[in-house]
Amino acid sequence: MKNKITALMLGTALSLATAGVAFAQDKSIKIGALSDQSGLYADLGGPGSTLAAQMAAEDSGLLAKGWKIDIISGDHQNKPDIGSNIARQWFDVDKVDVIVDVPNSGVALAVNNIVKEKNGVYINSGAATSDLTNAQCSPNTVHWTYDTYMLAHSTGQAMVKAGGDSWFFMTADYAFGAALERDTTEVIKANGGKVVGGVKTPLNSADFSSFLLQAQSSKAKVIGLANAGGDTTNSIKQAAEFGITKGGQKLAALLLFITDVKAIGLETAQGLSFTETFYWDLNDETRAFSKKFAARMKNGAPPSMVQAGVYAGLIHYFKSLEALGSNPHDGIKVVTKMKELPTDDPLFGKGKIEANGRKIHPGYLFEVKKPSESKAPWDFYKLAGTVPANEAFTPIEKSTCALLKK
Amino acid sequence: MSINLQALFAQLLVGLINGSFYALLSLGLAVIFGMLNIINFAHGALYMMGAFAAYFLLNVLNIGYWPALIVAPLAVGIFGMILERTMLKWISGLDHLYGLLLTFGMALIIQGVFQNYFGSSGLPYAIPDLLKGGMNLGFMFLPIYRGWVVIFSLIVCILTWYLIERTRLGANLRAATENPTLVRAFGINVPRMITLTYGLGVGLAALAGVLSAPINQVRPLMGADLIIVVFAVVVIGGMGSIMGSIITGFALGIVEGLTKYFYPEASNTVVFVLMVLVLLIKPSGLTGRAA
Repeated sequence: MKNKITALMLGTALSLATAGVAFAQDKSIKIGALSDQSGLYADLGGPGSTLAAQMAAEDSGLLAKGWKIDIISGDHQNKPDIGSNIARQWFDVDKVDVIVDVPNSGVALAVNNIVKEKNGVYINSGAATSDLTNAQCSPNTVHWTYDTYMLAHSTGQAMVKAGGDSWFFMTADYAFGAALERDTTEVIKANGGKVVGGVKTPLNSADFSSFLLQAQSSKAKVIGLANAGGDTTNSIKQAAEFGITKGGQKLAALLLFITDVKAIGLETAQGLSFTETFYWDLNDETRAFSKKFAARMKNGAPPSMVQAGVYAGLIHYFKSLEALGSNPHDGIKVVTKMKELPTDDPLFGKGKIEANGRKIHPGYLFEVKKPSESKAPWDFYKLAGTVPANEAFTPIEKSTCALLKK
Repeated sequence: MSINLQALFAQLLVGLINGSFYALLSLGLAVIFGMLNIINFAHGALYMMGAFAAYFLLNVLNIGYWPALIVAPLAVGIFGMILERTMLKWISGLDHLYGLLLTFGMALIIQGVFQNYFGSSGLPYAIPDLLKGGMNLGFMFLPIYRGWVVIFSLIVCILTWYLIERTRLGANLRAATENPTLVRAFGINVPRMITLTYGLGVGLAALAGVLSAPINQVRPLMGADLIIVVFAVVVIGGMGSIMGSIITGFALGIVEGLTKYFYPEASNTVVFVLMVLVLLIKPSGLTGRAA
């Protein structure tokens, strides 16, 4: 279940030289990469996220300055109880300082409570629920990559404005699906649309045809897919099979990752529009990082948005620790520092972390290329629009986070 | 929720489609259990290998869907026979538990290897050109491919049943499981027959894998997700009963389809609820002979 992936050792001579001086200062960091290592979210997070953490440690420059960084990884199997147990053990036994990644909103919310209780640091990249920075917000948590509010307000809003004013939801039956449906419904109503029905589908279903038929007979203009990973790819593929898209109904893939597009194939996925906050082919810096990353992945995949978030989140975490001079092993203190410092990394550019823990950066509306437009193995997206950082996420005055009511 | 008759028909049909997969897979399990007394937990992994075989045939050797329907089950069937000869053979006289654990371990290894190389999200496999598109049945739009799956798997199921229950070969096979020593005395090579039977069961799983490749993603865990349901189907139908597993397979597909219509949240548990009920009332399964 938990395996020690790597132990990055001290830079030799330099660290020996400074050891005497640094004696009073603790410069050791232990990172726990908690993810779905083998299930439906393993490709978008999983081992790739652990690699991202490792690369962040290498690129941080801290190793040469005498810091010691350990990374361990764990498999939460998409079960909140297992995720909680691992987190507890990491804090109590392994003395982990920071937990990263944690896709699956159900697990993410459970771990959120434990990190708060143990005063650790929690940099969540994989989970979507906007509750992490609203009702469930915590002084120990930074929610890095994306959330349901962002997805609803970019993809959702764009679809409603393009005339898709009646919706039917196919919602993954757990915390994430519920949050995404809730946030998107708000956007639909605010823009004059309506929701005509919906169906809650069990997580990790193979066959969506029954649900798709219900969506079809609802006559809604848009079928909102409030699901992720394998559930989304199966929905999209089978919607094409049942002639739903040809019948005039549009699919709103509210959350789609590059690994999903790869799995569906461009033939079926072409023309889908959706939102991500990172794509490997955005600019020179993302391309350079992705090239290094892909070379170290078994299947040569470039980083997903979630894996990119793990990297960028840790880079900022390391910067904050360096600014503090040593590791205080005090989660609130470190996260407070992280919120103080502006963020700047090669993958998400310049940004900031709000008081509620929400990391702010732009969102990108992408459209999946036609097979004829794709020139390279992972050349899948064309940029259709950018949502500026200050509009992409919940405005701070609308956040229901208790940390803001002081 | 008001009952819409048209929608209901559509759900029944969709249920039948899923039932075809249950039937094909549980049939293979029933053949293997009935003839070899092995609870084959590797069935899901072998089903997955069938889908991957189709994918490789297409993308590496440029062999399309139709030849793959024969080549993939053959290739995976041979792989199965090697497993039988090298491993399963040694535990044939032992308690069921040993076979279960051994095949379960094999399943984990096979899935692990595929996952290591191909990740978990899966690979796309296109529907063959001839079966693309669909027809409007009035109450629903039926993709031609799905219709093909139902008809084709029904034919395969009936042929397999006929082979085992109505031919001389099948009679020999059944006799060999009853009393291998006596059948041997008639000059029939029983171990070879058992190996071939395991190959047949595995081939059926691989065939289901090829059939499902264009519908679902070709994923390393596609079998793991399905196999538990299929085992429930076998238990409900009666372990080892050929016809029982075919009928239960289709019937449970329909029950699941109806659940998806009336109470979708329960759609992936309804089969197990039924299993519990059947076990309480008739422990040998609906069509099973009492042990």
